[in-house]
Amino acid sequence: MEIVALQVLNSLFYAAVLFLIAAGLSLIFGVMGIVNMAHGSFYALGAYVTAWSVGAAAATLPPAALFIFLLLGAIAVALVGLMIEPTLIRPFYRRQEEYQLLVTFGLLLVLEDVIRLLWGGTPLTASGLVDSLGLVRIGGLPYPVYNLLMIGVGAVAALALWAFVYRTKFGVLLRATAQDRRMAAALGIDVGRIYALAFGLGCFMAGLGGAIVVPSQAAVLGMGVEVLVIAFVVVVIGGLGSLEGALVGALIVSALRTITIQFWEEFELAALYLIAAIVLLIRPTGLFGRRA
Amino acid sequence: MNLLRTEALKKHFGETRAVDGVNFTVNEGEFLSLVGTNGAGKTTLVNLISAFLAPDSGRIFIGDRDITHASVEERIRAGIARSFQLVNLFDDLSVLDNVALAIFAREGKTKRILALAERDAAVTREASDLLGEFGLDGKSEGRAGGLAQGERKLLDVAVAYALRPRLLFLDEPTSGVSTRDKAQIMDTVSAVVRGGGITAVVIEHDMDVVFKYSDRVVVMHEGRFLADGPPGEIRQNSDVAKYLLGTDV
Amino acid sequence: MKLAVPILIVLALVPVVASTYQTQLLTYGLTLAIAALGFNLLLGYTGLLSFGHSAYFGAGAYAVALMMRYLGVSSMELFLLGGIVCSAALAALFGVVCVRHTRIFFAILTLALSQVLWTLAYKFFWITGGTDGLRVPFSKLTLLGGLIGFPGADAFARFISFYYYYVLVVFCVCTALMWLIVHSPFGKTLQAIRDNETRARFLGVRIWRYRWLAFLVSGIFTGLAGTLWVPLNGLTTPDVLYWPQSGKIVFFAVLGGFRNFSGPIVGAVLFNYLEVYAIALTEYWQITLGAILIILVTFLPAGIVGTAQRLSAKFK
Repeated sequence: MEIVALQVLNSLFYAAVLFLIAAGLSLIFGVMGIVNMAHGSFYALGAYVTAWSVGAAAATLPPAALFIFLLLGAIAVALVGLMIEPTLIRPFYRRQEEYQLLVTFGLLLVLEDVIRLLWGGTPLTASGLVDSLGLVRIGGLPYPVYNLLMIGVGAVAALALWAFVYRTKFGVLLRATAQDRRMAAALGIDVGRIYALAFGLGCFMAGLGGAIVVPSQAAVLGMGVEVLVIAFVVVVIGGLGSLEGALVGALIVSALRTITIQFWEEFELAALYLIAAIVLLIRPTGLFGRRA
Repeated sequence: MNLLRTEALKKHFGETRAVDGVNFTVNEGEFLSLVGTNGAGKTTLVNLISAFLAPDSGRIFIGDRDITHASVEERIRAGIARSFQLVNLFDDLSVLDNVALAIFAREGKTKRILALAERDAAVTREASDLLGEFGLDGKSEGRAGGLAQGERKLLDVAVAYALRPRLLFLDEPTSGVSTRDKAQIMDTVSAVVRGGGITAVVIEHDMDVVFKYSDRVVVMHEGRFLADGPPGEIRQNSDVAKYLLGTDV
Repeated sequence: MKLAVPILIVLALVPVVASTYQTQLLTYGLTLAIAALGFNLLLGYTGLLSFGHSAYFGAGAYAVALMMRYLGVSSMELFLLGGIVCSAALAALFGVVCVRHTRIFFAILTLALSQVLWTLAYKFFWITGGTDGLRVPFSKLTLLGGLIGFPGADAFARFISFYYYYVLVVFCVCTALMWLIVHSPFGKTLQAIRDNETRARFLGVRIWRYRWLAFLVSGIFTGLAGTLWVPLNGLTTPDVLYWPQSGKIVFFAVLGGFRNFSGPIVGAVLFNYLEVYAIALTEYWQITLGAILIILVTFLPAGIVGTAQRLSAKFK
């Protein structure tokens, strides 16, 4: 019974990370109509930046202060995103989808190697953050407090994003632009700024996903692409462009992942991909999809 | 004998009654114009008959055959072809290939994978003859995407015509071209269609064009038929004048 | 087309004048070109961008390795047959799922399905050898129904010069076949579907059957490339099923230009040199590839061959 409880918590922790990544992917698609193949690499970048800065500051700062680097890692990724959107991505909005996919694929190749160039092949960790919070006993079994905290962060992020998109003025502009770019421009909305900010926000979320994951598991090469495919699976299940869908998709995917790891370890990834294929076959627009 | 008949055909989009219980008949050999203001339901009616949309209720017959639930392919085999309001061509194929493709499709030859398309002399000849009829023979080697608007409109009709349908629907074959081009397009289209003995239903806005070329005019308003008759009669109809021309007779 | 004969003559002379290493490099290039031809039937002619062609390349490659290891087969002709059968079966199956969708959904599905295969090759290590892969030594290979084998001390150089011509012949047959396919009524129908799906449907074309058949043919060509590639490489590992392999195949087409027939062929051969020499110069070759890809799609979307054709048309 306790094991089940721990598995549920593990699943929720993973869901929080997945939600952050998938929601960013979905947001960028919803607003700009672009599927960003490099999205997983932004997640990896967040993980590396966080792990590296935590490692560099660990000697001088008290453990509690190190938590600020989770946020800084995400912000660093957002800044990279803010630079990339106007320079690399913007020329492609009017082009055919093949080219959009190809340019972000090129970006993925570059980012994967930039990470290797900067941090090399050795895995980076920030496990000090997990240790500093200690363990809590759940039904007699130890469980890291850090993971519980991050499940909370995921929930807060989901609420904040929802409130941001549906309750703020910027959210209205964002949704208006997503609905009809030309109409939005005609109404005097600075579409270029909206796009840059939306892309930055999407990258921020991916970076945050990477930042919160890295204290509990090491940043390794290739993590970006692996998560990209899983984030795709999430948005396929939830429906591309839907935030609610990203949340439900993340919960479903992480639950399935936990179950398959438990009983059928070899087929973890295979099972996820197969589920994505089945969802697409039955319901091409996903469970919450609004546009095909 | 009616070539096409619909019974109480209905299609609503939410609150909008795009086609609201329409009984439409088309007789063999006529050149019929379907007119009405924007949103009157003309294109929706054609979409229902051509299987682009499924009706909410009602039935569609070609001859005695109920085709209400027939697929696009079955309807094409039954002799229904259509063009589209916004020009719909294969832009990166040559003008000749656009027409040749329709002929390959008609003859069931599109599955031929190990034969050169251009070596099919019968198809190539038919395609270039057809382009000649539509006055496009000088352009046959160029990309369809490179044609002028008026030529694109003609090619659009030619592609649908190449299926040799019994009943051809043309959705605004003259929209977006100058008045002079309009007359030329309609002269060409009506000559080819009548010469080929094909029944045609044309959606058209320009009433001068409608009255000049049609055998019969059907007027739609808010999803229903307002009037149905020969051009002379429609011209005198006061309802039509009120709704369509915005004037009282 | 006018260039085909002189190019063929040059290609036929390569082993005579070039070193074994250079001949080997070009053999790699030609096998990759077959994969590019297959891939481009989907991207260039059908308008479907697959990020999962590693699956068929890998199917062709693993077919050889598994047949050699478990069935004791050594004949290249049997390998070609096996590679075609395996990649065709896989493409037929995956195709049914994928061709119901287009655009990004198609791209995701192809990627996801190829990754399924990759994880399976990786996890079933007792069959596939896992990350160590399976060896396919050229010394065990026979060509032309067992007539030619490669025992002895100078076997490698002999293998390369024979195998080069073997690959060249298959390459020529594949190129001619693909040329015929894209100029056939079927090929024109694919292009029509690419340009305007709705209109094609209203000519009575059952869209997804054509897409499926294109997918199948595309998978077989790419599988054949994988089959020819293995003896050259001497080894197949799960890497050939992994997404970067699909990425490379995409790159071939974009580099040469996917909107013309010969672009992907040129792209594949060039890519092979680029990869070999970029790796020799720097450890960080993905940056180079990624940057080139971005520059290409931003400034030269027609690719090298497409741009060259445009330029030469301008100066005529």
